[in-house]
Amino acid sequence: MSDSPGNRWHDMGGDVAGPVPGDDHDFALWEKRVDALVILAGLKGVFTVDGLRRVLEDMGEEAFETLTYYERWVAALNQNMLETGIYSVAELGERMEAVRARGTTYAEAADG
Amino acid sequence: MPHDHHDHLSPSGHPYRPDQDTGLTDWQVMEIAIRELMIEKEIVTAAEVQNQIDAMDARSPAQGAALVARAWTDPAFRDRLLTDGSAACAEMGFDVGPMRLIAVENTDSIHNVVVCTLCSCYPRNLLGLPPDWYKSRAYRSRTVREPRRVLSEFGLDLPADVTVRVHDSTADMRYIVVPARPEGTSGMDEAALAALVTRDSMIGVGIAKAG
Amino acid sequence: MDNLAPGTSVRVRAMRPPGHVRTPGYLRGRIGIVERALGPFPNPEQLAYGHAAARLPLYRVRFRMGDLWPSTETPDDTLDAEIYAHWLEPL
Repeated sequence: MSDSPGNRWHDMGGDVAGPVPGDDHDFALWEKRVDALVILAGLKGVFTVDGLRRVLEDMGEEAFETLTYYERWVAALNQNMLETGIYSVAELGERMEAVRARGTTYAEAADG
Repeated sequence: MPHDHHDHLSPSGHPYRPDQDTGLTDWQVMEIAIRELMIEKEIVTAAEVQNQIDAMDARSPAQGAALVARAWTDPAFRDRLLTDGSAACAEMGFDVGPMRLIAVENTDSIHNVVVCTLCSCYPRNLLGLPPDWYKSRAYRSRTVREPRRVLSEFGLDLPADVTVRVHDSTADMRYIVVPARPEGTSGMDEAALAALVTRDSMIGVGIAKAG
Repeated sequence: MDNLAPGTSVRVRAMRPPGHVRTPGYLRGRIGIVERALGPFPNPEQLAYGHAAARLPLYRVRFRMGDLWPSTETPDDTLDAEIYAHWLEPL
Protein backbone atom coordinates (compact mmCIF):
# COMPACT_ATOMS: atom_id res chain seq x y z
CA MET A 1 0.00 0.00 0.00
CA SER A 2 1.38 3.40 -0.89
CA ASP A 3 1.52 6.06 1.80
CA SER A 4 -0.81 8.97 1.40
CA PRO A 5 -2.54 11.01 4.11
CA GLY A 6 -5.62 8.80 4.25
CA ASN A 7 -4.12 5.52 3.14
CA ARG A 8 -1.22 4.67 5.35
CA TRP A 9 1.38 2.02 4.58
CA HIS A 10 1.16 0.19 7.93
CA ASP A 11 -2.60 -0.30 7.57
CA MET A 12 -2.07 -3.37 5.42
CA GLY A 13 -5.07 -5.60 6.17
CA GLY A 14 -6.47 -6.89 2.90
CA ASP A 15 -3.46 -5.97 0.78
CA VAL A 16 -2.17 -8.39 -1.82
CA ALA A 17 1.02 -10.05 -0.58
CA GLY A 18 3.14 -13.13 -1.16
CA PRO A 19 3.43 -16.36 0.83
CA VAL A 20 3.84 -16.17 4.59
CA PRO A 21 7.56 -16.58 5.35
CA GLY A 22 8.52 -19.59 7.43
CA ASP A 23 11.68 -18.23 8.98
CA ASP A 24 12.05 -17.45 12.65
CA HIS A 25 14.91 -16.39 14.89
CA ASP A 26 15.83 -16.10 18.52
CA PHE A 27 16.39 -12.66 19.87
CA ALA A 28 19.82 -11.21 20.62
CA LEU A 29 20.53 -9.67 24.01
CA TRP A 30 20.43 -6.13 22.64
CA GLU A 31 17.00 -6.84 21.15
CA LYS A 32 15.71 -8.20 24.46
CA ARG A 33 17.03 -5.08 26.16
CA VAL A 34 15.16 -2.84 23.70
CA ASP A 35 12.02 -4.85 24.36
CA ALA A 36 12.51 -4.54 28.11
CA LEU A 37 13.11 -0.78 27.94
CA VAL A 38 9.96 -0.28 25.88
CA ILE A 39 7.83 -2.27 28.33
CA LEU A 40 9.39 -0.63 31.40
CA ALA A 41 9.02 2.89 29.95
CA GLY A 42 5.33 2.13 29.53
CA LEU A 43 4.99 0.80 33.07
CA LYS A 44 6.81 3.87 34.42
CA GLY A 45 4.40 6.20 32.64
CA VAL A 46 6.96 8.02 30.48
CA PHE A 47 5.80 6.42 27.27
CA THR A 48 2.82 4.70 25.68
CA VAL A 49 2.61 1.88 23.17
CA ASP A 50 0.60 4.22 20.97
CA GLY A 51 3.50 6.67 21.08
CA LEU A 52 5.74 3.82 19.89
CA ARG A 53 3.30 2.89 17.13
CA ARG A 54 2.87 6.50 16.00
CA VAL A 55 6.62 6.87 15.44
CA LEU A 56 6.89 3.46 13.75
CA GLU A 57 4.09 4.48 11.40
CA ASP A 58 5.66 7.86 10.69
CA MET A 59 9.03 6.22 9.97
CA GLY A 60 7.42 4.99 6.79
CA GLU A 61 7.33 1.92 4.64
CA GLU A 62 10.99 1.97 3.66
CA ALA A 63 11.99 1.57 7.31
CA PHE A 64 9.63 -1.40 7.60
CA GLU A 65 11.21 -3.04 4.58
CA THR A 66 14.86 -2.30 5.32
CA LEU A 67 15.30 -2.29 9.10
CA THR A 68 14.80 -5.16 11.52
CA TYR A 69 11.98 -5.14 14.06
CA TYR A 70 14.09 -4.05 17.02
CA GLU A 71 16.08 -1.57 14.96
CA ARG A 72 12.76 0.17 14.32
CA TRP A 73 11.77 -0.21 17.96
CA VAL A 74 14.98 1.34 19.31
CA ALA A 75 14.57 4.26 16.92
CA ALA A 76 10.96 4.75 18.00
CA LEU A 77 11.81 4.44 21.70
CA ASN A 78 14.51 7.07 21.27
CA GLN A 79 12.16 9.44 19.47
CA ASN A 80 9.65 9.15 22.30
CA MET A 81 12.32 9.69 24.99
CA LEU A 82 13.54 12.81 23.19
CA GLU A 83 10.00 14.15 22.83
CA THR A 84 9.27 13.50 26.51
CA GLY A 85 12.53 15.20 27.46
CA ILE A 86 14.04 12.25 29.31
CA TYR A 87 17.41 13.16 27.78
CA SER A 88 18.60 15.64 25.20
CA VAL A 89 19.93 15.08 21.69
CA ALA A 90 23.34 16.29 22.87
CA GLU A 91 23.36 13.85 25.80
CA LEU A 92 22.51 11.04 23.41
CA GLY A 93 25.20 12.05 20.95
CA GLU A 94 27.87 12.27 23.60
CA ARG A 95 26.88 8.94 25.12
CA MET A 96 26.87 7.19 21.74
CA GLU A 97 30.42 8.45 21.11
CA ALA A 98 31.49 7.19 24.52
CA VAL A 99 29.91 3.79 23.84
CA ARG A 100 31.69 3.49 20.49
CA ALA A 101 35.03 4.33 22.10
CA ARG A 102 34.77 1.30 24.39
CA GLY A 103 35.36 -1.31 21.73
CA THR A 104 34.29 -2.93 18.51
CA THR A 105 31.90 -5.62 19.76
CA TYR A 106 28.57 -5.34 21.54
CA ALA A 107 30.00 -7.02 24.60
CA GLU A 108 32.88 -4.57 24.87
CA ALA A 109 30.68 -1.55 24.21
CA ALA A 110 27.95 -2.66 26.61
CA ASP A 111 30.47 -3.30 29.32
CA GLY A 112 31.08 0.35 30.10
CA MET B 1 14.37 -19.03 23.87
CA PRO B 2 18.05 -19.44 24.70
CA HIS B 3 19.17 -18.75 28.22
CA ASP B 4 22.87 -19.17 27.62
CA HIS B 5 23.68 -15.60 28.55
CA HIS B 6 23.14 -16.66 32.13
CA ASP B 7 25.42 -19.63 31.83
CA HIS B 8 28.76 -18.34 30.59
CA LEU B 9 30.82 -15.36 31.55
CA SER B 10 33.67 -13.96 29.51
CA PRO B 11 37.08 -13.35 31.14
CA SER B 12 36.05 -9.74 31.68
CA GLY B 13 32.90 -10.91 33.41
CA HIS B 14 30.42 -9.98 30.74
CA PRO B 15 27.82 -12.58 29.85
CA TYR B 16 29.10 -14.21 26.68
CA ARG B 17 26.86 -14.75 23.68
CA PRO B 18 27.88 -15.13 20.06
CA ASP B 19 25.54 -12.29 19.09
CA GLN B 20 27.43 -9.93 21.40
CA ASP B 21 30.80 -10.61 19.89
CA THR B 22 30.23 -9.64 16.29
CA GLY B 23 30.77 -6.13 14.93
CA LEU B 24 28.98 -3.37 16.80
CA THR B 25 26.06 -1.80 14.88
CA ASP B 26 24.77 1.76 15.18
CA TRP B 27 21.49 0.34 16.52
CA GLN B 28 23.30 -1.53 19.27
CA VAL B 29 25.18 1.67 20.14
CA MET B 30 21.80 3.43 20.41
CA GLU B 31 20.39 0.71 22.66
CA ILE B 32 23.37 0.90 25.02
CA ALA B 33 23.31 4.71 25.13
CA ILE B 34 19.54 4.94 25.63
CA ARG B 35 19.58 2.30 28.35
CA GLU B 36 22.40 4.00 30.23
CA LEU B 37 20.70 7.39 29.98
CA MET B 38 17.37 5.98 31.14
CA ILE B 39 19.14 4.43 34.13
CA GLU B 40 21.02 7.65 34.94
CA LYS B 41 17.80 9.67 34.68
CA GLU B 42 16.23 7.20 37.13
CA ILE B 43 13.51 6.09 34.75
CA VAL B 44 14.56 2.46 35.16
CA THR B 45 17.21 0.53 37.03
CA ALA B 46 19.61 -1.99 35.55
CA ALA B 47 18.03 -4.64 37.74
CA GLU B 48 14.57 -3.83 36.39
CA VAL B 49 15.82 -4.24 32.83
CA GLN B 50 17.36 -7.62 33.64
CA ASN B 51 14.27 -8.73 35.56
CA GLN B 52 12.05 -7.74 32.66
CA ILE B 53 14.20 -9.77 30.25
CA ASP B 54 14.09 -12.75 32.60
CA ALA B 55 10.32 -12.42 32.95
CA MET B 56 9.83 -12.38 29.16
CA ASP B 57 12.22 -15.31 28.71
CA ALA B 58 10.17 -17.28 31.24
CA ARG B 59 6.99 -16.76 29.24
CA SER B 60 6.45 -19.30 26.51
CA PRO B 61 3.77 -21.20 24.64
CA ALA B 62 4.01 -23.81 27.41
CA GLN B 63 2.01 -21.45 29.64
CA GLY B 64 -0.76 -21.22 27.07
CA ALA B 65 -0.66 -24.98 26.56
CA ALA B 66 -1.19 -25.52 30.29
CA LEU B 67 -4.17 -23.17 30.16
CA VAL B 68 -5.68 -25.07 27.23
CA ALA B 69 -5.10 -28.48 28.83
CA ARG B 70 -6.82 -27.27 32.00
CA ALA B 71 -9.76 -26.04 29.93
CA TRP B 72 -9.99 -29.41 28.19
CA THR B 73 -10.14 -31.30 31.47
CA ASP B 74 -12.10 -28.91 33.70
CA PRO B 75 -15.37 -27.60 32.21
CA ALA B 76 -15.80 -24.99 34.94
CA PHE B 77 -12.31 -23.64 34.24
CA ARG B 78 -13.10 -23.62 30.51
CA ASP B 79 -16.12 -21.44 31.23
CA ARG B 80 -14.06 -19.06 33.36
CA LEU B 81 -11.34 -18.89 30.67
CA LEU B 82 -13.87 -17.98 27.99
CA THR B 83 -15.46 -15.39 30.29
CA ASP B 84 -12.25 -13.69 31.43
CA GLY B 85 -8.96 -14.92 29.98
CA SER B 86 -6.79 -12.72 32.19
CA ALA B 87 -8.44 -13.95 35.38
CA ALA B 88 -7.99 -17.55 34.24
CA CYS B 89 -4.26 -16.88 33.69
CA ALA B 90 -3.98 -15.47 37.21
CA GLU B 91 -5.78 -18.53 38.54
CA MET B 92 -3.10 -20.70 36.90
CA GLY B 93 -0.39 -18.57 38.53
CA PHE B 94 0.70 -16.87 35.30
CA ASP B 95 1.54 -13.19 35.72
CA VAL B 96 0.29 -11.55 32.53
CA GLY B 97 0.60 -8.01 33.88
CA PRO B 98 -1.99 -5.57 32.56
CA MET B 99 -2.78 -7.72 29.49
CA ARG B 100 -6.49 -8.19 28.78
CA LEU B 101 -6.86 -11.66 27.31
CA ILE B 102 -9.83 -13.02 25.38
CA ALA B 103 -9.89 -16.76 24.75
CA VAL B 104 -11.81 -17.98 21.70
CA GLU B 105 -12.70 -21.64 21.38
CA ASN B 106 -12.53 -23.86 18.33
CA THR B 107 -15.36 -26.35 17.89
CA ASP B 108 -16.54 -28.80 15.24
CA SER B 109 -18.11 -25.88 13.39
CA ILE B 110 -15.88 -22.87 14.22
CA HIS B 111 -12.17 -22.25 13.69
CA ASN B 112 -10.59 -19.09 15.10
CA VAL B 113 -7.39 -17.42 13.92
CA VAL B 114 -5.65 -14.32 15.29
CA VAL B 115 -3.80 -11.54 13.46
CA CYS B 116 -2.82 -7.91 14.00
CA THR B 117 -3.06 -6.02 10.72
CA LEU B 118 -1.93 -2.64 12.10
CA CYS B 119 1.23 -3.79 13.91
CA SER B 120 2.03 -7.03 15.73
CA CYS B 121 -0.15 -7.26 18.86
CA TYR B 122 0.22 -10.71 20.40
CA PRO B 123 -0.51 -12.24 23.83
CA ARG B 124 3.20 -11.86 24.67
CA ASN B 125 2.61 -11.73 28.43
CA LEU B 126 1.32 -15.28 28.27
CA LEU B 127 3.01 -16.91 25.23
CA GLY B 128 6.26 -14.92 25.01
CA LEU B 129 7.36 -12.95 21.98
CA PRO B 130 5.64 -13.62 18.65
CA PRO B 131 7.21 -15.59 15.81
CA ASP B 132 8.68 -13.55 12.96
CA TRP B 133 6.03 -14.64 10.46
CA TYR B 134 3.28 -13.22 12.67
CA LYS B 135 4.86 -9.78 12.15
CA SER B 136 5.32 -10.23 8.39
CA ARG B 137 3.61 -8.18 5.72
CA ALA B 138 2.18 -11.35 4.17
CA TYR B 139 0.49 -12.62 7.34
CA ARG B 140 -0.77 -9.19 8.37
CA SER B 141 -2.14 -8.38 4.92
CA ARG B 142 -3.71 -11.64 3.83
CA THR B 143 -5.17 -13.22 6.96
CA VAL B 144 -8.16 -10.87 7.07
CA ARG B 145 -8.97 -11.34 3.39
CA GLU B 146 -8.14 -14.93 2.53
CA PRO B 147 -7.68 -16.72 5.85
CA ARG B 148 -8.27 -20.16 4.38
CA ARG B 149 -5.45 -19.71 1.89
CA VAL B 150 -3.13 -18.54 4.65
CA LEU B 151 -4.11 -21.51 6.83
CA SER B 152 -3.53 -23.81 3.88
CA GLU B 153 0.06 -22.54 3.67
CA PHE B 154 0.46 -23.69 7.28
CA GLY B 155 -0.83 -27.12 6.25
CA LEU B 156 -4.32 -26.60 7.62
CA ASP B 157 -7.13 -27.20 5.12
CA LEU B 158 -10.52 -26.59 6.68
CA PRO B 159 -13.77 -28.10 5.36
CA ALA B 160 -16.37 -25.73 3.93
CA ASP B 161 -18.82 -26.43 6.77
CA VAL B 162 -16.42 -24.97 9.35
CA THR B 163 -16.84 -21.22 9.82
CA VAL B 164 -13.56 -19.31 10.04
CA ARG B 165 -13.53 -16.47 12.55
CA VAL B 166 -10.62 -14.08 12.10
CA HIS B 167 -9.73 -11.82 15.04
CA ASP B 168 -7.86 -8.61 14.20
CA SER B 169 -6.15 -7.40 17.40
CA THR B 170 -6.74 -3.72 16.74
CA ALA B 171 -6.89 -2.31 20.26
CA ASP B 172 -6.60 -3.30 23.93
CA MET B 173 -7.49 -7.00 23.87
CA ARG B 174 -5.14 -9.87 23.13
CA TYR B 175 -6.36 -13.23 21.89
CA ILE B 176 -5.61 -16.89 22.43
CA VAL B 177 -7.29 -19.68 20.51
CA VAL B 178 -8.37 -22.70 22.53
CA PRO B 179 -7.87 -25.47 19.98
CA ALA B 180 -10.25 -28.40 19.88
CA ARG B 181 -9.20 -31.40 21.97
CA PRO B 182 -8.03 -34.14 19.62
CA GLU B 183 -9.85 -37.44 19.34
CA GLY B 184 -8.34 -40.39 21.17
CA THR B 185 -7.03 -38.42 24.15
CA SER B 186 -9.63 -39.36 26.75
CA GLY B 187 -7.14 -41.23 28.93
CA MET B 188 -4.49 -38.54 28.97
CA ASP B 189 -3.70 -36.35 31.97
CA GLU B 190 -3.28 -32.58 31.87
CA ALA B 191 0.49 -32.64 31.37
CA ALA B 192 0.26 -35.09 28.49
CA LEU B 193 -2.52 -33.05 26.92
CA ALA B 194 -0.54 -29.83 27.25
CA ALA B 195 2.25 -31.41 25.21
CA LEU B 196 -0.18 -31.63 22.26
CA VAL B 197 -0.87 -27.89 22.27
CA THR B 198 1.45 -25.99 19.95
CA ARG B 199 2.06 -22.26 19.72
CA ASP B 200 0.59 -22.27 16.22
CA SER B 201 -2.59 -23.97 17.45
CA MET B 202 -3.09 -21.12 19.95
CA ILE B 203 -2.66 -18.50 17.19
CA GLY B 204 -5.06 -20.55 15.09
CA VAL B 205 -2.79 -21.43 12.18
CA GLY B 206 -2.58 -25.01 13.42
CA ILE B 207 -4.58 -27.52 15.43
CA ALA B 208 -3.72 -29.75 18.39
CA LYS B 209 -2.94 -33.28 17.24
CA ALA B 210 -2.67 -36.51 19.19
CA GLY B 211 0.59 -38.44 18.79
CA MET C 1 -22.34 5.53 21.13
CA ASP C 2 -21.76 5.03 24.82
CA ASN C 3 -23.97 2.04 25.26
CA LEU C 4 -24.24 -0.21 22.23
CA ALA C 5 -25.74 -3.55 23.17
CA PRO C 6 -24.46 -6.78 21.64
CA GLY C 7 -26.35 -7.41 18.42
CA THR C 8 -26.57 -3.72 17.48
CA SER C 9 -25.85 -3.01 13.82
CA VAL C 10 -23.13 -0.42 13.39
CA ARG C 11 -21.30 1.27 10.54
CA VAL C 12 -17.64 2.14 10.91
CA ARG C 13 -17.03 5.78 10.05
CA ALA C 14 -15.40 6.19 6.66
CA MET C 15 -13.21 9.16 7.49
CA ARG C 16 -9.51 8.87 6.70
CA PRO C 17 -7.49 11.27 8.84
CA PRO C 18 -3.72 11.03 8.39
CA GLY C 19 -2.84 10.59 12.09
CA HIS C 20 -2.43 7.58 14.37
CA VAL C 21 -5.67 5.61 14.52
CA ARG C 22 -6.47 1.99 15.40
CA THR C 23 -9.41 1.55 13.04
CA PRO C 24 -8.18 -0.47 10.04
CA GLY C 25 -8.82 1.04 6.62
CA TYR C 26 -10.44 -2.13 5.30
CA LEU C 27 -13.26 -1.77 7.87
CA ARG C 28 -14.08 1.89 7.30
CA GLY C 29 -17.54 2.42 5.90
CA ARG C 30 -18.40 -1.26 6.56
CA ILE C 31 -21.39 -2.56 8.51
CA GLY C 32 -21.08 -5.08 11.31
CA ILE C 33 -22.71 -6.24 14.53
CA VAL C 34 -21.54 -5.46 18.06
CA GLU C 35 -20.26 -8.78 19.44
CA ARG C 36 -19.57 -7.47 22.95
CA ALA C 37 -18.82 -4.25 24.83
CA LEU C 38 -15.38 -4.22 26.42
CA GLY C 39 -15.63 -1.19 28.66
CA PRO C 40 -13.87 2.17 28.59
CA PHE C 41 -10.27 2.43 27.34
CA PRO C 42 -8.01 5.45 26.82
CA ASN C 43 -8.22 6.96 23.37
CA PRO C 44 -5.07 5.85 21.47
CA GLU C 45 -5.39 8.86 19.17
CA GLN C 46 -4.55 11.07 22.18
CA LEU C 47 -2.05 8.71 23.81
CA ALA C 48 -0.02 8.58 20.60
CA TYR C 49 0.76 12.29 20.79
CA GLY C 50 1.50 12.38 24.52
CA HIS C 51 -1.80 13.87 25.61
CA ALA C 52 -4.03 12.88 28.51
CA ALA C 53 -6.52 10.47 27.00
CA ALA C 54 -10.29 10.40 27.37
CA ARG C 55 -11.68 6.96 28.11
CA LEU C 56 -13.92 5.71 25.35
CA PRO C 57 -16.17 2.66 25.14
CA LEU C 58 -14.51 -0.06 23.12
CA TYR C 59 -16.48 -2.68 21.23
CA ARG C 60 -15.76 -5.93 19.49
CA VAL C 61 -17.56 -5.72 16.16
CA ARG C 62 -18.18 -8.75 13.93
CA PHE C 63 -18.26 -8.41 10.16
CA ARG C 64 -19.25 -10.94 7.50
CA MET C 65 -16.40 -11.61 5.12
CA GLY C 66 -18.90 -11.24 2.30
CA ASP C 67 -19.56 -7.67 3.43
CA LEU C 68 -15.84 -6.87 3.46
CA TRP C 69 -14.67 -8.67 0.35
CA PRO C 70 -17.43 -9.05 -2.26
CA SER C 71 -15.45 -11.60 -4.26
CA THR C 72 -14.70 -13.92 -1.31
CA GLU C 73 -15.52 -17.60 -1.79
CA THR C 74 -16.58 -17.95 1.87
CA PRO C 75 -18.87 -14.98 2.62
CA ASP C 76 -20.14 -16.44 5.91
CA ASP C 77 -16.71 -16.53 7.51
CA THR C 78 -16.32 -13.64 9.94
CA LEU C 79 -13.88 -10.93 10.98
CA ASP C 80 -13.91 -9.51 14.52
CA ALA C 81 -12.11 -6.29 15.42
CA GLU C 82 -12.06 -3.89 18.35
CA ILE C 83 -13.38 -0.44 17.44
CA TYR C 84 -13.58 2.62 19.70
CA ALA C 85 -16.99 4.24 20.10
CA HIS C 86 -16.19 7.44 18.23
CA TRP C 87 -15.63 5.40 15.06
CA LEU C 88 -19.08 3.73 15.21
CA GLU C 89 -22.47 4.90 14.01
CA PRO C 90 -25.44 2.80 15.17
CA LEU C 91 -27.87 1.96 12.36
